Amino acid sequence: MLDWFDTNLVSMVDGVAYGLLLFTLAVGLSLVFGMMDVLNLAHGSLYLVGAFAAYALSDGSWLGFALALAVGVAAGVLGGGVLAAMTAPLSTRGHLDQAALTLGVSLIAAELMVMVFGAEVLPTQPPDALGGSASILGHRYPVYRLVFIGVAGLLAAAVYLAFERSSLGALVRATVADRDMVRAMGVDTRKVLFGVFAFGAGLAALGGALGAPILAPGPGVDENVLVLSLVVVVIGGLGSVQGALLGALVIGQVQTLGVALLPTYAPFLLFGAMLVVLAWRPQGLSSLVSRS
Amino acid sequence: MTAPATRDLSPSAAAIELDGLTRHFGSLRAVDGVSLAVQQGSRHAVIGPNGAGKSTLFAMIAGTLPATAGRVALHGEDVTAMPEHRRAMQGLVRTFQHSSLFLRCTALENVALAVQRQQGTQWSMVRPLRRRRAVLERSHELLEGIGLADRSEALAGALSHGERRQLEVAVALGTDPSVLLLDEPAAGMSAAETARFKQMVLELPREITVMLVEHDLDLVFGLAEQVTVMHLGQHLLTGTPSEVRASEDVQQAYLGAEDTSDLFPQEAR
Amino acid sequence: MRRQVGYALALAALLAVPWVIGPYAVATVSRILVFAVLAMSVNLLTGITGLPTLGQSAYFGVGAYTGALTAIHLTDLGPAQVVIAALAGAVAAALTGPVAVRARGVPFLMITLAIGEIAYSAAGRLDTITRGTDGLSGIPPVVAAPGLAPTVNEGLVYYYVLAVFLVLFAVIALLLRSPLGLTLRGLRDNEARLTAVGYHTTRYALAAYVIAGAIAGAAGSLWASAQRFVAPGDLGFEVAALALLAVIIGGVGSMWGACLGAAVVILTRDYIGGNLSGHGPLLLGVLFVLAVYLLPRGISGGVRQWRRPGAKREVAA
Repeated sequence: MLDWFDTNLVSMVDGVAYGLLLFTLAVGLSLVFGMMDVLNLAHGSLYLVGAFAAYALSDGSWLGFALALAVGVAAGVLGGGVLAAMTAPLSTRGHLDQAALTLGVSLIAAELMVMVFGAEVLPTQPPDALGGSASILGHRYPVYRLVFIGVAGLLAAAVYLAFERSSLGALVRATVADRDMVRAMGVDTRKVLFGVFAFGAGLAALGGALGAPILAPGPGVDENVLVLSLVVVVIGGLGSVQGALLGALVIGQVQTLGVALLPTYAPFLLFGAMLVVLAWRPQGLSSLVSRS
Repeated sequence: MTAPATRDLSPSAAAIELDGLTRHFGSLRAVDGVSLAVQQGSRHAVIGPNGAGKSTLFAMIAGTLPATAGRVALHGEDVTAMPEHRRAMQGLVRTFQHSSLFLRCTALENVALAVQRQQGTQWSMVRPLRRRRAVLERSHELLEGIGLADRSEALAGALSHGERRQLEVAVALGTDPSVLLLDEPAAGMSAAETARFKQMVLELPREITVMLVEHDLDLVFGLAEQVTVMHLGQHLLTGTPSEVRASEDVQQAYLGAEDTSDLFPQEAR
Repeated sequence: MRRQVGYALALAALLAVPWVIGPYAVATVSRILVFAVLAMSVNLLTGITGLPTLGQSAYFGVGAYTGALTAIHLTDLGPAQVVIAALAGAVAAALTGPVAVRARGVPFLMITLAIGEIAYSAAGRLDTITRGTDGLSGIPPVVAAPGLAPTVNEGLVYYYVLAVFLVLFAVIALLLRSPLGLTLRGLRDNEARLTAVGYHTTRYALAAYVIAGAIAGAAGSLWASAQRFVAPGDLGFEVAALALLAVIIGGVGSMWGACLGAAVVILTRDYIGGNLSGHGPLLLGVLFVLAVYLLPRGISGGVRQWRRPGAKREVAA
């Protein structure tokens, strides 16, 4: 038993890293959808914005890294604001129009990024101080990934606490549950929605900037990221932060440990995971941890 | 496509029997242990102040909402575990409080959807609906019955409110029901529309048992032979309209004591 | 009456195509027709049944690979390939549909998206069958009918594709006028009501899904015959997204709209995009953004949609 863990430890740790990365991407998507009923298919582009910022600005130094994070997040928040503004007039027109609009935006964004950065995947280096690998329990493991797990874990905890414990989080949760009620209380729900959109976008871009050394930017990566985020949101349950976390960790393991154990079935593992979860809990994993 | 062999349609049998029917929403008891029998062929109204649980009760009878506890029997057969669409095929059909039609289909198509299901042709993929005489004739017949024959090609979304409420009933009749549940059918109707509606219900054949939830007490006392009063999720009283009118408990429930002599219309049926 | 005239004119134009334009352009029109069939399968699910989908590319891919492999190993008779590919699409849809069909709206969309992506990655990985990312080549030219010679001439390939397109268009038109077509529209308009009059709605949603899968599979076979090459890039998210967007541009619910939308999408990407030094996707993106704001009802919505301010698109996603 211990042997099995030993052989697969690297994959499992990878899975946690990947899962936390997916969480930073998926949580914004889940909240925006759960709350605003807005389907944002340009979400993958937000990841790319952050990741390309990391590629362009991170030169190995801490300053470069910090700059990359700042610029990435700022660009993401800006992008989120723009998307919120563009989808606002469509709120009465249903998801198909939102899908079309955000898909159009993602096509434009993807092409613009290819024009600036070229059509190759661009491997991104972490800051020099975090390069190299360390020895954990007899296995060599990239230091940056371990640090990433720590940082992303803290980030996930912070988002969770903000959502569950703060009064702002309570406002957000209330708006997800019953927007009309919150509006009747005198709160301008449009500002709440705008805020959540921008926040989710900023978080996705932050995920991109932090995660670039793990998942490098390039054409097609936005699609990848979008699909994975959507799967996480579906199995996690819409509008739930815990659901997104659980879902992301599950998918993270499926895509790393699962692929390591069953390489021939790799493409079907994702679908299989989704099938199993939805058959067991149709509203998503959030119903396991939810209050009511 | 129609009744199972066990259906008991004798006039004295209960069309609907409720036994301790209960529905909880968290700690809220929307319907609390309601027991009731509705006679075959009767016109039975369910009334009560807002929040009494009437619509929830209806939803449980029809199967839209599962019961937390208790039993629902249709013509003597326990249907508590039966899903809504199967109850509809067994003859138990409801209409909805908020107009629930196929808005982008014509009035004829709305009724045809019910009729084709009842006749079993809803899977057919080749011969066009336009040429299916059995479905079309029955659909036209039903539309004529409710006075909408000249609006058959109009989109349901283009009909007036009163016309839509009537179409709702026609659609329900398309399934050839034995029990018809009307959920606030007169909601939003003008006096003239309500009068027309009442006439239509009065002309329904006796083979169909009619239950209705209504706030319009004029309509209720003009139609119902039996009236059930609900209050705070519980069954308060069932009786003839005059018994209900005279009951102090009922008056208290509606107003909380005080003089209620002008609450219930004295008009005899 | 106007509709009949419109169809007649369109048919005449389609028949005249190889006489009026050069072989490269004819090949493009063939591609448009194939894409139009795919768009119609999306419209069947999205516009008629009310289930928005980003996964039809999966069944298109299944049909393309099946058609190609049938052509290589079994028979070069076109109609046989189409039928076998359609069956394969239907089977794939029947196997994957039950998971999707329990959901509605956006969850349904997301599940179909995942299905599409998985098909894409499977096409890349199952090299023994699909030859992976190298793609499947060596597809023999199709024989349009028993006794005819293999069609190599671009114009004749076009006529074969056109013939199959017309047959499929007619089949879909029949379906829409049938009782099942009405049932599906009822599902779109008001599923709760449909349940209340006795329909087990999930079954009908699954039926629509399987039929759409068959149509997409047939389109895939046409693609294999026209292109003589199938690769993973022929399925996947971009194809699914473009098909959905074609339906939206054409006007959700309208089959001829979907075909027109397909033409707009392909022409924009391949033709105009080609002239603008390959920035097809950029132009497409702009096109979709504009279409959403300016054409709420799509092309088939006609001029009427501008007369009423705030016209709403009525699909309940």
